[in-house]
Amino acid sequence: MSAEQCVIEQFDEMTENLSHALALDLDGHFERLVLCYQDRIYAFCLRYTRKPEDAEEIAQDVFVSAYRALRAYPADRIRALALRPWLYQIALNGCRNRARGKHLRLVPLQGGEDGHAEIELEADERERPDTVLERGERIREIGILVAALPERYRAAIVLRHVDGMGYAEAAAVLGEPVGTVKSKVHRGVQMLRETMDRSANEGSV
Amino acid sequence: MSEGNQGSIAGTRRVLKGLHGLGGVRTPSSVLPGVLARVGLRDTYWQQDSPIGPIYVAYGEGGVSAVRRASEAGGFAEWYRTRFGRPVMQAARPPRALAEVVERRLGAGAQGDIEIDLRGVSAFQRAVLQKTLEIPRGEVRPYGWIAREIGRPGAVRAVGSALNHNPVPLLIPCHRVVQTNGRVGEYAFGSAAKRAVLEAEGASPDLLEELARRGVRYLGDTEDHTFCLPTCAGMHRRLTEPRYVTFRTPQQAVSAGYRACDVCRPALAS
Repeated sequence: MSAEQCVIEQFDEMTENLSHALALDLDGHFERLVLCYQDRIYAFCLRYTRKPEDAEEIAQDVFVSAYRALRAYPADRIRALALRPWLYQIALNGCRNRARGKHLRLVPLQGGEDGHAEIELEADERERPDTVLERGERIREIGILVAALPERYRAAIVLRHVDGMGYAEAAAVLGEPVGTVKSKVHRGVQMLRETMDRSANEGSV
Repeated sequence: MSEGNQGSIAGTRRVLKGLHGLGGVRTPSSVLPGVLARVGLRDTYWQQDSPIGPIYVAYGEGGVSAVRRASEAGGFAEWYRTRFGRPVMQAARPPRALAEVVERRLGAGAQGDIEIDLRGVSAFQRAVLQKTLEIPRGEVRPYGWIAREIGRPGAVRAVGSALNHNPVPLLIPCHRVVQTNGRVGEYAFGSAAKRAVLEAEGASPDLLEELARRGVRYLGDTEDHTFCLPTCAGMHRRLTEPRYVTFRTPQQAVSAGYRACDVCRPALAS
């Protein structure tokens, strides 16, 4: 089966079938698990780290860890497993561990008195945000902005608005109350909007 | 609604649209084979440049399992299944960390640790192969040296056979093991390939052959009065300098007042 067949609409049903299949025959169905989730997990890691090499390694580690865990779990536990949030949790841990090893060179937020914060972008990588804007490479630009968000907002934003996950599931992945996730997503979007507005204004001068 | 508010709603919409657009990425094709190889479900191979031309390198749960010349490996997957009893799938490229260590070992860089799957080989062959891994780039050792080092001094012929069945030539440098008389000798990929690889590594096969013809088996350093195998620390390339002398046997060296080098341990390498 191809990854394309795993469209989002089929996910809930698929997940249930897949966890049952994995509980019966892990080795026989594990490849299907990778094919179904690899694009989303990789996308999550890529948006979190913005480094394709890191994202690739983390994504690979996610599935290797998942396999080892499933190998050790009793069948009942696998059947009861909500695969998607579980895999995202492993991915989030992987991304966080990697970030701990090599800190993103971010200038910390400078909160103004009205709570407006500024995000400083990494100046290297030959991708100056203003040039990017002029070229209209919106995806690239927003990818940079997302990766520059503080971690607590970035994970929530990517889960909710890049992966399109519901708040309840995102909260399960993050291990936080739904309300907390909502306010993080809200705050993150606000910060992105402010940065984009500022870039746009500077670009038009 | 104020103008500012309208602006901010439009801005938010723009952000959300942009974020949504970030989701459509494809995973690199190396991820699936890499995962399956690492968990032991299916081994993986990729094509790689080497000093003897393109090779296939296969790996699985236990590390790198096979190296084969691509030109000889018509049906590599079939050959692999027959030899190892496991399926193998081709990947565009290996996991990055593995690619780096393989590149380093094939090239001129530092050696770096590499995981090699030696589960399918006998204890004797494993001892031979592990000892071979210790031979530095640019140097060679005789078969008899390996036999003595692993505590089986009489098993010179078996050492040759074990090396001839090296599952991962180049990565385990069996090309650095030469005949006891000092000649370069045979190689699974042919003796011309062996000479080419040694030449690329700086071991001067022509010079080695010439020393073998002259019966020179050891070199002595007249300053510190140690004697070595010819390639130890590249001594053979400095042979024209006045501070080096040649010996045909360890006994000759010892009676001239030389002691065996601690690094290449040449004594009794017969």
